[in-house]
Amino acid sequence: METIDLEQHFDAKLAKNEMIEPKDWMPDNYRKHLIRQISQHAHSEIVGMLPEGNWITRAPSLRAKIVLLAKVQDEGGHGLYLYTAAETLQISREELLDQLHTGKAKYSSIFNYQTLTWADIGAVGWLVDGAAIMNQVMLQRTSYGPYARAMVRICKEESFHQRQGYEIMCHLAFGTPAQKEMAQDAMNRWWYPTLMMFGPKDANSSNSANAIKWKIKRESNDELRQRFVNQTVAQAEYLGIKIPDENLKWNETKKGYDFSDPDWAEFNNIIHGHGPCNKERIGARVKAHENGKWVREAAAAFGKKQNAIDVAA
Amino acid sequence: MSENTDSQGTLWEIFVQKKAGQPFVHCGSLHAFDKEMALQNARDLYTRRGEGTAIWAVPASAIVASSPEDMGPFFDTTNDKVYRHPTFYQIPEGIKYI
Repeated sequence: METIDLEQHFDAKLAKNEMIEPKDWMPDNYRKHLIRQISQHAHSEIVGMLPEGNWITRAPSLRAKIVLLAKVQDEGGHGLYLYTAAETLQISREELLDQLHTGKAKYSSIFNYQTLTWADIGAVGWLVDGAAIMNQVMLQRTSYGPYARAMVRICKEESFHQRQGYEIMCHLAFGTPAQKEMAQDAMNRWWYPTLMMFGPKDANSSNSANAIKWKIKRESNDELRQRFVNQTVAQAEYLGIKIPDENLKWNETKKGYDFSDPDWAEFNNIIHGHGPCNKERIGARVKAHENGKWVREAAAAFGKKQNAIDVAA
Repeated sequence: MSENTDSQGTLWEIFVQKKAGQPFVHCGSLHAFDKEMALQNARDLYTRRGEGTAIWAVPASAIVASSPEDMGPFFDTTNDKVYRHPTFYQIPEGIKYI
């Protein structure tokens, strides 16, 4: 078939809401867009282990510690599902990791903020994972099969993450005045970075048009952000914690809340590597990768030996 | 990746059986360096919440797959054989258990 026929066939499949699978023909830009988005998503899961890992040794109880360990292990798993989904698009794991380590590929700006207190672990689970779920629920219907399947699995696991975060916030919000203050402080620091997670406003988002056209995304950044705010307000009210936005107000006409934009200059700054922890995060990843080199080499040598024994037998 | 000599192992496809008697269902892929590691990684990655009681790990390179271009001709032969379906046959009114 000519490229033009192939492209028509591809468009027709999307129009019928059929999924695209790895062996199907796809436009080069669709492939590139997916590699960028899925790998960025995978890197976010892996780098996202760092701010939470920071609190494993300092969790306030054994229960909190095992929960946090399980959560961080899940994030690692999510990264692995996503890496293998990206690998179906003709890019190797080695290349993907290389792009992360050299800064060629990005990860979610949210993980460049510090987790200063235990309340931050609550806020990350409640707000950050809450925002991620909003995005990931939509991505379960993304047009690329392997990505959609990874998302279904991830969504099943994420709801534990959000609930454990809210539980931490409940303990603090209904605890001593100092604990409540700690919960409020975490909210104050995480609210706007969480709103940034949905990406730039639709009018300024260079990748959005294609993502919607190709049904990689089914809803826009602004729509998801609005839904997140609508759902979160009542949760914050229950905790008696104030969302740090004077303009937050119910708008009966749009049946949703009006709210302030995050500081987009700060967002761009972090995206370009100047956030509070960018260097530290990548530094930690590179160090882990380098320190693991001898393990991979040993495993490869052992695997080679095992395979030779199998062939002989 | 010409300069990248690091190896993350080879690709394996993982199939999980929820419990005995049910089919093994493909649940995803992973990287491993040998059979045992493939099984252990599969356990850690795909059965953290009781999703399975048995695992098949298959080197991805061993899988033979049909191509999407073949979809028409390759499966065509079955489309005109309606007599393979039970509803093709007429059973007299009142006959039970068939």
